[in-house]
Amino acid sequence: MGDRVQARLAVGEIERLLQLLANRGYRIIGPTVRDGAIVYDEIESLGDLPQGQTDEQEAGRYRLKPRDDGALFGYAVGPQSWKKYLHPAEVKLFEAEQKGGMFRILNNEAKPLQPSAFLGVRACELVAIGIQDRVLLDGRYRDPIYHARREGVFVVAVQCTQSAATCFCASMGTGPEAAGAGADLILTELVHGNDHWFLAEAPSERGREVLDELHSQPCSEEDCHAAGAAVQAAASQQTRRMETTGIRDLLYENFDHPRWDHVAERCLACANCTMVCPTCFCTTVEDVTDVPGDRAERWRRWDSCFTINFSLIHGGSVRTSGKARYRQWMTHKLGSWIDQFGSSGCVGCGRCITWCPVGIDITEEAQAIRGAVNHGSTHS
Amino acid sequence: MPRADTDPMMPQPCMVRSVSRETPDTLTLELEPASSTSPGQAEFQPGQFSMLWVFGVGELPIAISGDPGAARSLTYTVRSVGPATRALTTRQQGQAVGVRGPFGTGWPVDSARGRDVLVVGGGIGLAPLRPVIYDVLRHRSQYGRLVILHGARSPRDLLYRKELASWDRQKDTLVLSTVDYGGSSWRGRVGVVTSLFKFVRLQPSLTTAFVCGPEIMMRFVAREMIARGLSASHLYFSMERNMKCAVGFCGHCQWGPHFICKDGPVFPYSRIAPLLDRYEL
Amino acid sequence: MEVHTLEKIIADHPFFGNLEASYTSLLVGCASNVRFDAGKYILREGEEANEFYLIRHGRVAIEINPPHRRPIIVDTVAEGEILGWSWLLPPYAWRFHARAETSILAIVLDGKCLRAKCEQNHDLGYELLKRFSQIMNRRLDATRIQLLDVYAAR
Repeated sequence: MGDRVQARLAVGEIERLLQLLANRGYRIIGPTVRDGAIVYDEIESLGDLPQGQTDEQEAGRYRLKPRDDGALFGYAVGPQSWKKYLHPAEVKLFEAEQKGGMFRILNNEAKPLQPSAFLGVRACELVAIGIQDRVLLDGRYRDPIYHARREGVFVVAVQCTQSAATCFCASMGTGPEAAGAGADLILTELVHGNDHWFLAEAPSERGREVLDELHSQPCSEEDCHAAGAAVQAAASQQTRRMETTGIRDLLYENFDHPRWDHVAERCLACANCTMVCPTCFCTTVEDVTDVPGDRAERWRRWDSCFTINFSLIHGGSVRTSGKARYRQWMTHKLGSWIDQFGSSGCVGCGRCITWCPVGIDITEEAQAIRGAVNHGSTHS
Repeated sequence: MPRADTDPMMPQPCMVRSVSRETPDTLTLELEPASSTSPGQAEFQPGQFSMLWVFGVGELPIAISGDPGAARSLTYTVRSVGPATRALTTRQQGQAVGVRGPFGTGWPVDSARGRDVLVVGGGIGLAPLRPVIYDVLRHRSQYGRLVILHGARSPRDLLYRKELASWDRQKDTLVLSTVDYGGSSWRGRVGVVTSLFKFVRLQPSLTTAFVCGPEIMMRFVAREMIARGLSASHLYFSMERNMKCAVGFCGHCQWGPHFICKDGPVFPYSRIAPLLDRYEL
Repeated sequence: MEVHTLEKIIADHPFFGNLEASYTSLLVGCASNVRFDAGKYILREGEEANEFYLIRHGRVAIEINPPHRRPIIVDTVAEGEILGWSWLLPPYAWRFHARAETSILAIVLDGKCLRAKCEQNHDLGYELLKRFSQIMNRRLDATRIQLLDVYAAR
């Protein structure tokens, strides 16, 4: 953990952290329980956090269970990701009115947004945000909506000390240790009986300023070691892994692999995976008018490559079969993303595995294609 | 809400200056940026496209089919095939159309300097190629022979017939057209556009080819060209896929690793040949 | 002299390329120049197919007659191309009309005579069949693409 400022915080300091951020004018988004899942929403106090809760995840399964301790962040990730706020599911692009054959765009002024603080950003999510930054900010064009929401976000990362069964960030090289890129504060939670404390690091100047205002103690060597070991334990706990060596070429070269037929028999094209995936960014545009036809609005909504009309051109869709659509998603996520944006599109968060109603496991699919190719057989 | 001048998703109003009918279902619209819109709005490279918006109906990618050297003018040849194109083709003089763009990687016309230029347009595919023809004719001495091949469904679907005839009369320029269905009174050629190649004398190693049309047609044309010795890296296609944003964000236009809206729509054949055979890519 | 001119034209034509010299002379023996005015029918559907043409100048429309309608042009054949191969295969009858779109200058080859020679000399037959198969192949490809109606609005 190098030369980053490290400090030891008592659990009560988390409440003070929330106050400090609120006083600085941040709207705080963090994990909270709703409808039997841990989702992201505006929070105000410690009481809003899922204290003493943990999640049990498997392919096609998610349950919340009580813990036997009062950990605030004792779970992995839920169905939502930070793109809910940075790349919202529904946003109005503009309003316009028409008169005499001419139109005028209304509401031209960008409304200043209240800056957000994200509390509880996992290592995989930090990487995911960085990936969406590259897609939406670093290309030939910049998405002004993402830019406005991304600007000035205060990120409080939390390093996982336990993994869900569907996590595979370790093999993707995205966690559980938070690499620090983009985080203002990094917290690691340790609970042992009555001893409930956090190791806090501040990779940014903003983070250091906030940390300075909290009541902290210096971190002993033992403390630092305990925190590091806890994060390492989360990595060791992971049973799923993605072999990433040469995966792009593997997928490019296996366009006609029989495994695609195998997964097509199961995939419902429900698009859950694309909605829960923290890096999926596809959207569609909808034009709506009022009844007299004088006022129009253009809206942008999340879309999914699993929908039948996603590839629609005049004459029909290009990818009509479910097989082609699943293949498109997986090849893009693990393969072509690398050519497009310089990194994998997958961060190993496991959400697509958990939230697939039929339990399709992207790590298993990749292994099936790789394994069958390696062993020269055509059956998985 | 995002601001107009920084937002590539914001359409700029352009006024319809003229509408002319090309075929029973195709019109050419000439647009002029409104006074509130910057004149630079009308600058484009051959092969680029705009997103044209009809108020409250919808938005479509349409290739710019006019003269890149003409100031304050954007021309589009639009075929009416659905509600949005129908709405576009019923726009009248003086009415506004929303324009975003220009977008995309265009035809590398400059790379053909000193070479023979072969333009092959199938159906409405001739529209995004017309700016190439204007460009070559404007700098005529910098190019070798110009050969224009145009194929259409039937005689009444041939585009730009007067211009094709006038181009054919120019020095070192050959224009050949053909139709799939001759009907009863057509006096020209009948047959697929690849059948025109036998009438063209080419120096394959010195020819740059620009091809646009239905994907099947382009594949057969490429096969014919490669068989005749043209280099795959001097053969260019314009591809088409579903587009919502045209700026690489909506994800719809992806074809393998390529975003048709920004990596294309123009591609050298050498880069895309392996993708063309992939069914449902 | 006319015979040499014909020989040169036939020998130089890509369709007859690489043909043994003795075969080329044989073909020349069956060939002569011919002209058609614009609008004239060169061959008609149903008639006995006894010749084929090497078009040297002009364009020929291949037509089919639907009932109660004017003939529909399904293909055009122009300079450098071969018109007609029904002479080679039974039932040796034309399946379409061929009308001179413009005035036509062509070389006509006596198919009936050639057919007899091919029966006697199978090597010659094979050489000619190879070449005609190529034409048919390309026409089949082209017809298939035409059938696809690629320019149609769907």
